Amino acid sequence: MSQGFHAATGGASPLLAVEGLTKVYPTGKRALGGIDVVIDRPQLVAVIGSSGAGKSTFIRCINRLVEPTAGRILLNGEDIVALDRKGLRAARRRIGMIFQEYNLVERLSVMQNVLSGRLGYVGLIASLRWRFPLEDIQAAFALLDRVGLDGYHNQRADALSGGQRQRVGIARALMQRPDLLLLDEPTASLDPKTSRQIMRLVRELVAERQTPAIINIHDVALARAYADRIIGLRDGIVVFDAEASALTEAALTEIYGAEDWAPAPSEDDDEPALIGMRP
Amino acid sequence: MTVHQPEPRGTPVPARLYPDSWERYSFKERLVHWLWLGGIAFAAAWSVSALDIEWAFFADAHEQAADLIARMWPPRWSYFPRIIQPLIETLHIATLGTMIAVLFALPVAFLAARNTTLNQGTWLIGRAMLVLSRSINTVIWGLLFVAIFGPGPVAGICAVAARSVGFIAKLVAEAIEEVDAGQIEAVEASGARTFQVYAVAILPQTLPVLIGTTIYRWDINVRESSVLGFVGAGGIGLLLYASINQFAWSQAIVILIAILGIVIISEALSAYVRSRIV
Amino acid sequence: MSAPASSYPSQWRAPSIFGSPGRRLAFWLALAAYLTWSLSTLNVDTARILAGLPRAWNILERMVPPDFSRWQLLLTGMVESVQIAIAATIVGAVFSIPIGIAAAANLSPRPLYLAARGLIVVGRTFHEVIIAIFFVKLFGFGPVAGLLTLAFSSAIFLGKMLAEDIENMKPGPVEAIRATGASFGQIFGYAVVPQVLVKTLGVLIYRLDSNLRHSTVIGIVGAGGIGQTLSASFSRYDFDFASAILLTIAAMVAFGEWFSDWARRRLR
Repeated sequence: MSQGFHAATGGASPLLAVEGLTKVYPTGKRALGGIDVVIDRPQLVAVIGSSGAGKSTFIRCINRLVEPTAGRILLNGEDIVALDRKGLRAARRRIGMIFQEYNLVERLSVMQNVLSGRLGYVGLIASLRWRFPLEDIQAAFALLDRVGLDGYHNQRADALSGGQRQRVGIARALMQRPDLLLLDEPTASLDPKTSRQIMRLVRELVAERQTPAIINIHDVALARAYADRIIGLRDGIVVFDAEASALTEAALTEIYGAEDWAPAPSEDDDEPALIGMRP
Repeated sequence: MTVHQPEPRGTPVPARLYPDSWERYSFKERLVHWLWLGGIAFAAAWSVSALDIEWAFFADAHEQAADLIARMWPPRWSYFPRIIQPLIETLHIATLGTMIAVLFALPVAFLAARNTTLNQGTWLIGRAMLVLSRSINTVIWGLLFVAIFGPGPVAGICAVAARSVGFIAKLVAEAIEEVDAGQIEAVEASGARTFQVYAVAILPQTLPVLIGTTIYRWDINVRESSVLGFVGAGGIGLLLYASINQFAWSQAIVILIAILGIVIISEALSAYVRSRIV
Repeated sequence: MSAPASSYPSQWRAPSIFGSPGRRLAFWLALAAYLTWSLSTLNVDTARILAGLPRAWNILERMVPPDFSRWQLLLTGMVESVQIAIAATIVGAVFSIPIGIAAAANLSPRPLYLAARGLIVVGRTFHEVIIAIFFVKLFGFGPVAGLLTLAFSSAIFLGKMLAEDIENMKPGPVEAIRATGASFGQIFGYAVVPQVLVKTLGVLIYRLDSNLRHSTVIGIVGAGGIGQTLSASFSRYDFDFASAILLTIAAMVAFGEWFSDWARRRLR
């Protein structure tokens, strides 16, 4: 259970420690140039940076959807980079991932998509016959209820709206009972209102389940409003890593390059102060 | 089991019971699945059992296959000059057959398209020609034309043409039926006669389909022509059949490699030309 | 207002499909040259063609009316063709699954992919009749050779279509299922199968239909089915029986096509 290791944070190994993470693509492009990040308590960590700064590569290296070139990734003290295929599959079970395009299997029902989060724990034959333990099924119902999709379990995934699909994606990731959540631009395909609802939900879940989450996001305002901590990437290097409230204009310039960061005076901007909207 | 229920702290969620079972399929759906599976299994069992397969043949099949390959290798390359002329003949059969097919396909297509046919009777005739042409294989057409013209490439050309007419005409007829009715009306409104309408309003719009289909059919025909010789309708198939019947396997492999070559080249050529046109 | 009439072009011609008169001329010249060359190398015997025309009429006369009196022989051949087609489709479908997975660039390792693609290219090139003659040599005359022929070419065809569907599916769900720690078999069952299933079933039905067509022809080299009966009737100049067979084949093929269209529409 996720509650179990809140206590473990007092021990020797942090929840997640990334050391010297480097990725060079076969094309020669150096996407990550030695990243060092430590997450020692359950918090929502936003990774910001311009397109091509390595945000997506970074998050995909953590569960090795992208194979790192060098460095170590310690999840509860275990080096993910050093794992063999079987060990990697076991590690991936403990890392939930949420995607920009939701990546649901569209022809399957909501319930089937949520249950697919348990695949790492169920044998091949049982999973192909859709035989899941009763506790998984009950947990799936409870999770659907929690993310606000009670009663949707027999709907087909392609019948849902974007925000609903992302909620299914979140439920699928939480089905894994993960030790770490990875979110790759979860709001980039959603409208502003839905984006905020999803961010609020993620923030609540991080607190409820005491699970740290790393979220790639290009919307600086959203990051400021909902994240506990912000990491700024520029050309594959960490140029900022501090509390969200410490993100100054100077820091933004460091991350994105020179630009006028003052909020543009516009009439339709009815949410000028994003702080204070925290749930 | 309650251990696994997520229990949000802080926000007290009213205790409720979730369904304690979930099935991927309802009973009725599963019944339908089993009926389908049963039907397929029955069809398979019926088909295989009625073919009374002599399983003993399978026992030494791999040895026979190994023996065959051993006899084929090395290919008798010195045989190659002998097959150049039949290879060219094969290509001629495919090309001339396709050309003749285009000439006949156009009128048949106009007859078989609902919006250009003259009346119900001509439409039925057009459709019947399509079905007859398409449902008889090129090789079977070959049998028929060999009976008429005797063995040789002429029978092959006619066979290719007879099969291709239906293929080309069907696709062109579909294109004609999709021609924008407004444009036909506009030309008709100018007082044009029926054939003028065909020439001015319909033909130009279906021309890309006609050309694309023809070139596509040509490369299928190259493949078909390679076996027309089996029934005496000319081309490389005659030599292949003869070589196999004389157990001249090292000769047969040379022919097979040559067929592989011309079929792949014509397929690539056809794909290239079609990509340029469309 | 005296617009000089001479300012208009004095003549107009419709734009040709060839683009320019020069290209049109080149096209017709090339066509004429090709026809001359091909007809001269084929040494077409015009006398024999002319002799053939009355013979064609004679054959046609003997074909009408078709002779259905030996319907038992006809039925046996037809049923055998249908059986060959069904069995070959099922066997081919089973073997197409590994071929399709191996030939999908996004699932299979590079060397296996190249091997599978090579098999598909070579297997597709050869006409069913050529493959049939090899199986006849290996397994003797009869429907077994026909079954294996069509099973082989179906496996190649279905494998190619499956590989293309797998390559065209959305990569996102695969990535998501992989990220849950699923094994290869689970990724295949949860992310690949749901995405390609409906299309693959459509292709399978299409292939059943085209196996039905092919099963009528491979009998010509002795691989069983109605083709063998037809070939025999032609060689015995039994034209009225041959026409009965041809009509039956046409009817069955037309029915097969209608059934295939109907079934594939139902799948949507």
